[in-house]
Amino acid sequence: MRGITFVRQFGEVVLAIAIAPLFAGWIAQCRAWMQNRSAPSLVQPYRMLRKLFQKDAALAKNASPLFRTTPYVLFGTMVLAAAIIPSLATDLPFARAADAIALIGLFATARVFVSLAAMDIGTAFGTLGARREMMIGFLAEPALLMVLFNAFLLSGSTALPSLVEFYNAHRFLIDPSLAFAAIAFVMVLLAENARIPIDNPTTHLELTMIHEAMLLEYSARHLALVEWASSLKLFNYACIGFALFIPWGIAAGGRNGSAATLLAIAALMGKLAVAGAALALIESLSAKLRIFRAPEYLATAFLLAVLGLLVHLQIGAR
Amino acid sequence: MNFDFPEQQPVQLPANIPAGCLRVNREQWLQTAKALHDANTRLLALWAADDRDRDGCFRVYAMYLLPETILVVEHAIHDASNPMYPSIAALFPSALRMQRAVYDLLGIASDESDMRGWLRHNGWPETLFPLRKDVDGSAHYSIAPASYPFVTVEGDGVHEIAVGPVHAGIIEPGHFRFSVVGEKVLRLEERLGYTHKGVAKLFEAFSQQDGHRLAARVSGDSAVAFSWAYCASLEAITETPVPLRAVYLRALALEHERLTNHLGDLGALGNDAGFALGLTQFSRLKEDLLRTNTVAFGARYLMHYIVPGGVSVDLPGRARGLLLKQYQELERGVVKLRSIYDEHAGIQDRFREAGRLTNELAERLGAIGLVGRASGIACDLRVDHPWQPYDKLRPKLITQAYGDVAARVQVRFDEVLETLRLCRALLDDLSSGPIQVQVPIAEPDRMGAGVIEGWRGPVIVVLETGRDGAIRRCHAHDSSWQNWPLLEYAILGNIVPDFPLINKSFNLSYSGQDG
Repeated sequence: MRGITFVRQFGEVVLAIAIAPLFAGWIAQCRAWMQNRSAPSLVQPYRMLRKLFQKDAALAKNASPLFRTTPYVLFGTMVLAAAIIPSLATDLPFARAADAIALIGLFATARVFVSLAAMDIGTAFGTLGARREMMIGFLAEPALLMVLFNAFLLSGSTALPSLVEFYNAHRFLIDPSLAFAAIAFVMVLLAENARIPIDNPTTHLELTMIHEAMLLEYSARHLALVEWASSLKLFNYACIGFALFIPWGIAAGGRNGSAATLLAIAALMGKLAVAGAALALIESLSAKLRIFRAPEYLATAFLLAVLGLLVHLQIGAR
Repeated sequence: MNFDFPEQQPVQLPANIPAGCLRVNREQWLQTAKALHDANTRLLALWAADDRDRDGCFRVYAMYLLPETILVVEHAIHDASNPMYPSIAALFPSALRMQRAVYDLLGIASDESDMRGWLRHNGWPETLFPLRKDVDGSAHYSIAPASYPFVTVEGDGVHEIAVGPVHAGIIEPGHFRFSVVGEKVLRLEERLGYTHKGVAKLFEAFSQQDGHRLAARVSGDSAVAFSWAYCASLEAITETPVPLRAVYLRALALEHERLTNHLGDLGALGNDAGFALGLTQFSRLKEDLLRTNTVAFGARYLMHYIVPGGVSVDLPGRARGLLLKQYQELERGVVKLRSIYDEHAGIQDRFREAGRLTNELAERLGAIGLVGRASGIACDLRVDHPWQPYDKLRPKLITQAYGDVAARVQVRFDEVLETLRLCRALLDDLSSGPIQVQVPIAEPDRMGAGVIEGWRGPVIVVLETGRDGAIRRCHAHDSSWQNWPLLEYAILGNIVPDFPLINKSFNLSYSGQDG
């Protein structure tokens, strides 16, 4: 029985790694449609990865081992995060091993590595990007914690699987605090994943970049891993969102049959499709914020999450 | 205009708008500049020529924009071994870079303290001045990188960001050196000249009848303006009357060029603010217009269209209906997109207050063209000095007072709508008749000017004829010369990530200023 759960854990991680670029491709496709452009193929991100893996890597002369190992660290942390987040089932060894606060720590680790690597070469843009990334990061993390506390107060645990199972037990629970938390979460998701309105993933203007500026010195397989890790991060955030707010379909409470698993996969795909379209819509409708509006934006997210907490304490006390 | 030396009055200069030429000595060069500066005139261009083979002199010229005319001040420098002239950069700051370029090309020095190279970039030996008559323009030299002393800013936490000349996107090369503290820009210094092609020297290898082809390529986005300016100067020298139909078609092409560039800019400005919908929609409108160009003028971009004596292709009969329909759709699209831009809080937040160039600063630094109009400088040659056919069209002068990115966007929107009106009027008044006449070979040693308000600002070509239909000297000047330095001021106090947006709102030509 233990063996089976490890196989299922492995399957979940592989699925996450495999479909993360697809999710990014889907968002790009939706964006193109919403702007009346003909869209790139859904598998374009995979083609990009293949192309990058086939190239020879160019490294700056003064690149330290930190610069070279960061892509692997980045990819590794995101894979580990994918293992912790209950995207398909709750009864998984890794999901039980770490709670959501450890998860945030994991994301922070990735951020520290990528920022240090950006400064490693010593170009102006890397430092510029790293500095901005840290500013966004230190504002986004507390907001994300507050969002998570909303959910934790409901379930009484900081573990994401417990939360999903709690929802399963209280199927028709509607808590107003979650509405505040959900809006705050979407705002944090956009900021943390370098999307409009905080960052523009498609820009070629090096002076405006945040995330991209840190990657300018990477090429070939290193760039491929970093890009893959970025799409995996977005996928992970989406799955955290699903676990927090719409956990329907996730195989919970030890239902391990193939029917439950298939249902979980179908539900995940459906949710990703809708979430991707919604993200593309938000991005198409908004312009990029002036960088010093980012603190206001993230403070708003934080405030919304705190409001959710207050609402919960006022009316939701059980 | 009266000067302190009334014995000298300007002689008439052949040009498409009223123009005079004043010959002055060394002292008067500075006196005229002072008098003109006090009378609030604008410097249009500054260039020089090597006339040692003719009379042993170098000549330096400055072109000023007066309320009624254009005045070219000509100063002959007799000391050919050590040619010097007084700098006018203290009066007209935009002259500084032009003076530096004059030294790079001809070795004629001003008495200005900042004489760092501007165009040379170590592309040729320091002692060689390629525009001199005795220098072979076809020689090649290996380029050794040289350091360039940027002005540095010192202080706690101040550091430099070097951007370009190779950028992350596919754009023209230019180097920008920012001194920043945090994200705030304390100083910006530009370094241009990377696309110097030696156009002035190349002109000397062209015949008068062919020069328009090179002129059209000085700055690709202003091909119509430059080729018209060239042809206007040649036609003025030879006193060739251009058929009315050709004149109207030239204006139509010029206005189409204005539309194309404004549409492209408006889309790019939306995109630089992170609003990709703007780019795709304006790109679509621009593409539709370019396709209409193919029907009306025979090509998408009009490098071949204006030729000496007229235009190269007649407007086909079926084009009129197509154009009118195109204008209608364009107008509908632009009005709709304008309301989207105007009502989008995110876009307006990026546009407003960004890159502000106050009216006072713009006046002092001699802003010109679209950038000037967005800072309240009411100057549009089509309005102030209308040449045929603008004397009949009476274009509306479009200005904005505030001088930020939003103002430059609004000027573009207004100009698109006004230009559509002009295009319709041009089509309505289009008479039938020939589209081209023969331009005779001009007499040698005559000088003429063509001054055209392109989409970016005044475009100037000054032509000096040689023997047997050759070009002795041809100076092509883009208004980017005047407006590039202003960008260094507009960015002050803004934050680094806003620079691309501000730069785009200026959208100046690298190629046009590098020459």
